[in-house]
Amino acid sequence: MSEDQPPQTAPIVHTAETDAEALVAETSEGTQELQPRTLTESAELLRERGAVLRLPDGGVLDSADIDVEITDDETMIINMGPQHPSTHGVLRIMMELDGETVLRSKPIIGYLHTGMEKTGEELTYVQGGTNVTRMDYLAPLFNELVFALATEALLEVEVPERATWIRMLLTELNRVSSHLLWMATNGMDLGAVSMMIYGFREREMVLDFFEKTTGLRMNHNFIRPGGVAADLPDGWQEDVNEILHVIPGRLDEYDDLLTGQPIFRERTQGVGVLTAEEAVALGATGPILRSTGVAWDLRRDMPYMFYDQLEFDVVVGSYGDAFDRYAIRLNEIRESLRIIAQIVERMPEGDYRIQDKKVTPPPRRRIDESMEALIHHFKIFTEGFKVPEGEVYVGVETPRGEIGCYLVSDGSPKPYRLHIRDASFVNLQSLPIMMRGGLVADAVAVISSVDPVMGGVDR
Amino acid sequence: MFLASAGDPLFVDGINFAVALAVIIKVVLAFAFLLVSVLMMIWFERKIISDMQNRVGPDRAGPWGILQSLADGTKLFFKEDLLPDRADKRIFRLAPYLSAVPAFLSFAIVPIGGTITFGHYTTELQVADPPIGILFLLAMSAVAVYGVMLAGWSSGSKYPLLGSVRASAQMVSYEAALGLAVAAVVLYTGDLSTRAIVTGQEGLLRHILPSWNVFRLGFVPFFVFLIASTAELNRPPFDLVEAEQELVGGFHTEYSSIRFALFFLAEFMNTITMSAIVVTLFLGGPDGPGFHFLRWLWPILWFLGKTLVLLFVQVWLRGTLPRLRYDQLMDLGWKVLIPGSLVWLLILGGMLISFKWGLIVLGISVLFGAALIRARSLGAQRVGEVGS
Repeated sequence: MSEDQPPQTAPIVHTAETDAEALVAETSEGTQELQPRTLTESAELLRERGAVLRLPDGGVLDSADIDVEITDDETMIINMGPQHPSTHGVLRIMMELDGETVLRSKPIIGYLHTGMEKTGEELTYVQGGTNVTRMDYLAPLFNELVFALATEALLEVEVPERATWIRMLLTELNRVSSHLLWMATNGMDLGAVSMMIYGFREREMVLDFFEKTTGLRMNHNFIRPGGVAADLPDGWQEDVNEILHVIPGRLDEYDDLLTGQPIFRERTQGVGVLTAEEAVALGATGPILRSTGVAWDLRRDMPYMFYDQLEFDVVVGSYGDAFDRYAIRLNEIRESLRIIAQIVERMPEGDYRIQDKKVTPPPRRRIDESMEALIHHFKIFTEGFKVPEGEVYVGVETPRGEIGCYLVSDGSPKPYRLHIRDASFVNLQSLPIMMRGGLVADAVAVISSVDPVMGGVDR
Repeated sequence: MFLASAGDPLFVDGINFAVALAVIIKVVLAFAFLLVSVLMMIWFERKIISDMQNRVGPDRAGPWGILQSLADGTKLFFKEDLLPDRADKRIFRLAPYLSAVPAFLSFAIVPIGGTITFGHYTTELQVADPPIGILFLLAMSAVAVYGVMLAGWSSGSKYPLLGSVRASAQMVSYEAALGLAVAAVVLYTGDLSTRAIVTGQEGLLRHILPSWNVFRLGFVPFFVFLIASTAELNRPPFDLVEAEQELVGGFHTEYSSIRFALFFLAEFMNTITMSAIVVTLFLGGPDGPGFHFLRWLWPILWFLGKTLVLLFVQVWLRGTLPRLRYDQLMDLGWKVLIPGSLVWLLILGGMLISFKWGLIVLGISVLFGAALIRARSLGAQRVGEVGS
């Protein structure tokens, strides 16, 4: 117990008053002493307020930038959410306001938490798809895709080419539908209520195609380990071509309605600015990262499936503001449509799932004819298939950024550990930085531009 | 003499029983007309908006859903009336009336048509024609601010408080622009009475255009008034006071039942009244060509037609535009509308004295404007240098 140690590492001196403050917590790693508050660094104290409102540190924010002149009774703490029209579900944001200016804020999550990752450990790999598809419910096919890719990586199987192309077609369509929904809600959040309906109208076309193909509009459980659940329906080319034909015209209408609209530009330009360094430091991905000028798209930088054979551009912004994120999403719809057109041309003939009896359940008619088929069918649907021991991480690019599936197998038919790195969850932590110094109206624009999906955040 | 010039011919022979009865009938008719038109306006707005958004809109209650507002009103009437615990109860109860009553009162000065003769009495088709006319309108719209402000303040809740702070700032600053636009009309007409303003706009301007104020005064006061009145009404794109997406409903978040319905009523009634006022001030009121039969009818139809067009514009704006931000709204009010209408008022004043004076004022304003723009760009440069 030397006297010259810096205060933050100094052991607690046992006196009457510090003993009252000193807290001892029993953790899994043994007894840990919590420091009394008097020993907290002053720079650290500036960042927080009653241990409730804390801004992220780590080189992202200069603590000298925080105005300490404002005394406590001149600011107002306001809770936005979990029941609020603009928090996209049940996100709650605690904000410290000076008048209408947001000083500090903190996103609070967990209102939609249903323990899906833990549930995933209780379900077989066959059942896993229905579980993960409910996470990011606006991009369900991406959840299924990443889970299927991870499982296949553990199984070390190759899915047929057609299955992969079908997966690409569906996920790109899903990207279009997700971005269209974002266009709708973003318009709504800024007060352009008509945009709400227009975005949903176009999304409906895509969902109709999904319904025709997978039987459901959401939570498809269509992309499964080993391929896809069914082949594309007859005449799917016409349906997709119809989408490719109609949506670009509608996107031009959005351009007319919003892009050139002075009020819309004023509301979004220079709002919620994030620099490239901040975005990287905060782990943001997807349109948020690309809006700052970092051209990072897993489809191009770490190609999976057959994206390396396709031609598409990665759309990048330069200011990192809400308008850039709008423009990126609008143009990503166009890029996705370009990709879809190429997929339609290249779609090969063949099987839509692997013919591996241990992974793929046999078709219904084979069960009547073959004893082995019946046994395989029974085993796959009761016990599931066994996956070799190992661990794997697979990442794909969703409309919101990188979604990753970390899967650990202990050789049983159920995952030992399933973890999903969801893009919205990580992107949310850039909110306090983007909201800082803006008005309440800007806060709404910022939340909207992050495009959080609470199903994915809370899992 | 002043009173006589602005008065209703009904009162020329003094006040007797028939005159009093006529006044009461006019008041009741105007009240009923306004209430019905509010119901129709809500339905009209919802139908037009749903057409713009590829929806069907209300279609259950009555033919084409025309009774929808009646059904909604009945529902609201029977809802539980909540009084928040932390509310300032007396003011909380008072606020909806402060909002709704001025909306009724300001419609009283709007001339709906020409004159109508029954027996040997002749009366103007408007409830009242006070000599202070248009000042009464400004006073009433100022009182209505209190309704919104006190509603938010007395709710004892944070979102309504933010809404009421926005309301007081927004409505007070746009009142200035509104007043300056009205001043241009009053300056030209030389009278405050709405009837005099309307009769002053009859006839043709240079034998082509109707001599309405919108053409006579140039388009500036008209558009300033239109924008400022939209802001005064808290209608989109200036509905920051309610701002559902930001403030969850703003000042009326805590209101329910009939008190909420009163705010709703006041808002739509104010929309109708303001459109009628725009027609009166700038579009010649009931002025327009008519036929020789049913002479009293054509002015009323003209008035209703013009008002309907303006109401459609209001709905159209709502269907198209995103909402402005608080500081942008203030910028628009103080940096564009108020200086713009002030300069226009000066030029108009100069023109009224003589063409030469008008040109001189115009020259001075152009010079000042250029200097101002130069100063602003220099300032912006300096900010940029400091920033870098």
